[in-house]
Amino acid sequence: MPESLRDRVAIVGAGCSAFGENWTMSAEDMIVEAAFEAYADAGLENPQRQLDAVFCGAIYPSRGTAEVAESLKLFDLPITLVQNYCATGTDAFRCAAMSIAAGLYDTVLVVGFDKPKDRGVSGPSVTLNTTRGLPMTPAGWFALCAAKYFETYGAGRLELAKIAVKNHANGTLAPKSMLKKLITTDDVLKARMISWPFGLYDCAAQSDGAAALILSRADGAHSWRREPVWLKGVSVMLGPNPQSDPDFDFLGWKPTRAAAQDCYRQAGITDPFRQIDIAQVHDCFTLTELLTYEDLGFCARGAAKELIASEVFHLAGELPVNTDGGLKSFGHPTGATGVRMLYENTLQLRGEAGVRQVQGATLALSHNIGGAPQACGIVILGKE
Amino acid sequence: MAVAAGNDCLAGCDPAGIDHVYLASTSSFFTEKSAAAIVAKALGLRPDVVTVDYGSSLRGSATALRAAVSAVASGAARAVLVVTSDVRTAEPYSAMEADLGDAAVAFVIEADAPLRLEVDGAASRQAFDVWREDGAGSLRSWEDRFVVRYGYFEPVIAAWDQLRRESGLEPSLIQHLALHAPDRRSHLELAQQLGFRTEQVVDSLFGRVGNCGSAFAPLLLAIAAWRAQPGERILSCFAGDGAHLMSWVLDRPLARSSTLDEQLKRRIMLRSYRQYLKCRGLDGGGADRKSADGISATVSYRDQDADIGFTGVRCRRCETEQFPPARVCYRCFARDDFEPVALARRRGVLLSYSKDYFFPSPMPPVVAGVCALGGSARAYLQLADYGGEELRTGLPVEFVFRRIHASGGRPAWFWKSRLIALQEVHDA
Repeated sequence: MPESLRDRVAIVGAGCSAFGENWTMSAEDMIVEAAFEAYADAGLENPQRQLDAVFCGAIYPSRGTAEVAESLKLFDLPITLVQNYCATGTDAFRCAAMSIAAGLYDTVLVVGFDKPKDRGVSGPSVTLNTTRGLPMTPAGWFALCAAKYFETYGAGRLELAKIAVKNHANGTLAPKSMLKKLITTDDVLKARMISWPFGLYDCAAQSDGAAALILSRADGAHSWRREPVWLKGVSVMLGPNPQSDPDFDFLGWKPTRAAAQDCYRQAGITDPFRQIDIAQVHDCFTLTELLTYEDLGFCARGAAKELIASEVFHLAGELPVNTDGGLKSFGHPTGATGVRMLYENTLQLRGEAGVRQVQGATLALSHNIGGAPQACGIVILGKE
Repeated sequence: MAVAAGNDCLAGCDPAGIDHVYLASTSSFFTEKSAAAIVAKALGLRPDVVTVDYGSSLRGSATALRAAVSAVASGAARAVLVVTSDVRTAEPYSAMEADLGDAAVAFVIEADAPLRLEVDGAASRQAFDVWREDGAGSLRSWEDRFVVRYGYFEPVIAAWDQLRRESGLEPSLIQHLALHAPDRRSHLELAQQLGFRTEQVVDSLFGRVGNCGSAFAPLLLAIAAWRAQPGERILSCFAGDGAHLMSWVLDRPLARSSTLDEQLKRRIMLRSYRQYLKCRGLDGGGADRKSADGISATVSYRDQDADIGFTGVRCRRCETEQFPPARVCYRCFARDDFEPVALARRRGVLLSYSKDYFFPSPMPPVVAGVCALGGSARAYLQLADYGGEELRTGLPVEFVFRRIHASGGRPAWFWKSRLIALQEVHDA
């Protein structure tokens, strides 16, 4: 059985830039904002001396590692760029944690960032340089589960709309979110179609952003300014394209199921719905969040509809999901998203999430899924 | 269209039996590059098939049929597939526009076939009647009355007079006249001048198909041959840069797989004239062709069995099929132990779908979904010819060959799925 990283690594500092259409900010501006907030949070005063390594994650970097080195003026440090679809930020965190657990480093900086709004397109670019796989739009890919799921379990666009409404509401409570706008289910159902069944409000926007974390090895974790937040489990799972997988069931995604099983084993979780206090899950589209409830084992397959109706995943519910408003409110700078989720879970576990604080949260999960989709990353953090 | 007609014609035949393929068209995408070779690939013909393109003249379809008959008669080929396909585009808002149509027709020519060429004769002419210079997007023509008189009446009548003299054929010996025409009026007028009564003349289909260029006389010939009784004679008249007349005798009933009515029933009404202009790239758009993107020629070369031939693989160990072909089996993980499997003529099932309003299209939404390809193989394909039908998972589909885009001036041909009407499924 693979080894577990449980309690061997801690987050001792966290930072996050404002997310949005940051027309007047460069990647450098955002990286500096996020990293210096994390430095200050940890009480790390001399990054050049105190940091042993950097893992960064970005999908659209202009230079990647060099952007981080130059933005933060870090000399002669091992800096690695990680790319793994929408799990990019989560995987940068995982690689950093593994390097510490391997005994190589004491203190590692994780930076997730992306600046897609400098490309001049709204949403993903449409490039006609392939023959198969067109239209190549994430909305179209994620929507492929909708027809089958709706027909099998009787859910529909209204359930999806309720997820968008919840996440928009949570986003109004997060100072760094992009969209601070309350919406109604009617707004969602009447918005223009992007890719059936997704209307405009079912989709997360692309945005710019950066987030950063300082990780420490367990035995030094208490020497930092803040109470450490502990890594309980981390997993990244990949698979081939579900669209050509002869055994794909269109009712959920295999990588999430596999990564959840792996993470729960590491963290000793047997009843995720009862044991996990809050979750940040990948809501690139509303259906992604719905299917993820089931793939993560928060409820039985097909039961999401009832839990959505009873507002279980609302901020005041039994298991609040996307407490900061999720991708829906922050947008999705791919490399930053997973790290932004860890930032939110760190604040929540420390009790510092302000008006959106979930009282008594001790175990927090974050989740990304991307590609066709075929890449999943999950992290479970704990207070003790 | 050429691939669709070819597939329809070859239904039930082994494509490996075709020795030559001749494609007659004036609307190939390329000035230099064989369209017949693309059709051969898409139809899954043998790699050693002889491919010939008959271009430039609307009369090329007659030349191709004549050459096929000669090739079979001389023993150079046992079976020749003749495909003729044209897309006819006139100047927007021109009078000619309403008379034009698009169509493709295919024949297999063999020895001892049910339909036999008895005698033929041609006349060659040159005039600026109707033409399209290199690079022009739509047809140009001289004054209408000149076009009809010297581009149409004169050469057809001359060829008919000569054929009568040489063969002794008379209108009374011919039961069906399959006559190419620029418009409905001159069609009837010429038929009369040639000495035929209305009941001998195959309907010109103006208002239903229109003048479909090199495919026009072949289309009327096919209709006549399907309708004729054994022993009856059909005169087919091809026009364009002169004329070519071919007299055929039906010895036995001719098999067919689909009817014109079935094909016409599949049409989707455009919502506006503007949409027509958009679909034809006449709206000043056509940006995809000028785009700097485009498929890689090397990738397209490597992937042609899959993309144009629609060939997948079947695992020799566990029989799992997959598309596109890959090196490792999805289920048993065996390496390089596959045999090719032809998917184009199969029926499949729509497993899921989305309707995409984001992807550029003259007729949004683009419907795309995962289809089971008549076995365990699956592929994400666009749904062709979608007319707003209610969709659900499990609907039966067939596969059609289409140009997905022409970005960078290099067309990306691939297969789409198309709904099969449920009635047809029950019939089958």
